[in-house]
Amino acid sequence: MMKDVTGRVIGQTPLKAGYWALDVEVPGVAEAAQPGQFVHVRVPGLEPVALRRPFSIYGAQGSVLKLLYKTVGRGTAQMNRLAPGDPMQVIGPLGNGFPLAPQGSPLLVAGGYGVAPLSFLAARLPVRGVALIGGRTADDVLAVADFERLGWTVRVATQDGSLGEAGLVTVPLDRELARLREAGVTPELFACGPDGLLRAVGERAVQTGCRGWLSLDKHMVCGVGACLACVQTLRRADGTEWIGRVCHDGPIFEAREIVW
Amino acid sequence: MSDLDMQVDLGGIRMKNPVTVASGTFGYGKEYAELIDVTRLGAITVKGIRLQPWPGNRLPRHVEVPGGMVNAIGLQGPGVAGFVRDYMPFLRTTGVPVIVNIWGTSEEEYAEVARRLSEVEGVSGLELNISCPNVKEGGHAFGTDPQTVASLVAAVRRATRLPLMPKLAPNVPDIRLFVRAAQEAGADALALINTLPAMVIDIETRRPVLANKVGGLSGPAIHPVAVKLVWEAAQVARVPLLAMGGIVDPEQAIEFLIAGASAVAVGTANFIDPTTPLRVLDGIEAYLRRHGMNAVAALTGSLRAE
Repeated sequence: MMKDVTGRVIGQTPLKAGYWALDVEVPGVAEAAQPGQFVHVRVPGLEPVALRRPFSIYGAQGSVLKLLYKTVGRGTAQMNRLAPGDPMQVIGPLGNGFPLAPQGSPLLVAGGYGVAPLSFLAARLPVRGVALIGGRTADDVLAVADFERLGWTVRVATQDGSLGEAGLVTVPLDRELARLREAGVTPELFACGPDGLLRAVGERAVQTGCRGWLSLDKHMVCGVGACLACVQTLRRADGTEWIGRVCHDGPIFEAREIVW
Repeated sequence: MSDLDMQVDLGGIRMKNPVTVASGTFGYGKEYAELIDVTRLGAITVKGIRLQPWPGNRLPRHVEVPGGMVNAIGLQGPGVAGFVRDYMPFLRTTGVPVIVNIWGTSEEEYAEVARRLSEVEGVSGLELNISCPNVKEGGHAFGTDPQTVASLVAAVRRATRLPLMPKLAPNVPDIRLFVRAAQEAGADALALINTLPAMVIDIETRRPVLANKVGGLSGPAIHPVAVKLVWEAAQVARVPLLAMGGIVDPEQAIEFLIAGASAVAVGTANFIDPTTPLRVLDGIEAYLRRHGMNAVAALTGSLRAE
């Protein structure tokens, strides 16, 4: 059940250029949070009229939520000024979250700050697997140590070759898929990142005949399914189409559900 | 609580207090039921529906601007049958009057939607959407000419005995012409204002931000515009007014009541702070006590013009 809570900022940690992790105490929200869910945040200082900002949940421990963000605009710039003790209105946890009982060997595919929900997922899944992390440059590759500490094998790819192998993250993904195929193991894909990455992962889930869970990122307004700003055309198992709300019916969808 | 008379008769819609929500900002009520006690609302106004399901506009459908947002959702909705099947069961459990915002692309469609909803238990009134800026053929086309408004209201009037409340467009030269046209054609109440037509351009791509190119401005930026229109409308209105536009705190709602509104609706603020309608209700009550008034009706139209 979602709650509307006044949280309290605990602190912020710089990750890489422009990327930050923010810890906020949100009793009643953090305890209920599942990987893949998000919170809808009212950033103080943008008063009185700024819309809320959605953030996927990077981690949750006790009553503390960890959020990962990149300073890209007015809202995240203001968020960066928050100091320990500052209040922060948080609605959450929202959305459906990733399934936590994979039928196959988990392959996590992240692009940029898409690592956030996947790092949380890596901590909560009952099994370990391979995490593939991509970014434009080395500065966009985040949370590698999180996955390694949790016992995941990590492969990194950057478009400019400044860290890991050069190219898109689909290059190591295809290699992992081939390796699992040869070993006779069914994979299960979990992805979060730009639409191009999600589409590429979705296509591979269909080709491989495995499940692929994609976390969609759409601009949101209400966050609770009321305003219809973040809709997505979806396909049911019987082939009929419907219009879902990413905030309420997602943000996680199986690859075959999405009509791109 | 008991010492104050907060009841409002909005043209036959009997509200226990003057606070409702603006169509399109509160879904069908149940989306917000985990966050606020919706049974405390004076009425629940649901998102606009037409006869058949409607997909709405392409994305992006909204953009934030200083003082509010511009949206072009495009009246996505489940149609009358889908609304009655999927949403009325919950709405009936609230015990709160349900105002259904309706639209169509012809007088016949508006009338047919009204006729069908008249038979639905739990529907307390109809808000006639004649001012949505985001759908080419429906909505706004009907709202910018007084004779078209009169003709449409009369057609829907013949189709239903439910309280009928046209929602007026703000972007007209003289709102009073529309107030007169609507009430003479049989409106029981009037809602104002809808969003103001607006546009935002991405200067890097030189493209409109919204897929629909244009949308409707809402939020605190439009509140003074709405107050002026409510005040003007109240000068010629013989029916109660439901005022909306930019309420984020009780003060803006109280301004509307003083300007001549009988009830108010909270819109965009629901997205920012879902407790706003209840904060507004509490704030109106506190104001009445502070000013020694015992009924919210005494506030309506209490502007001191001299």
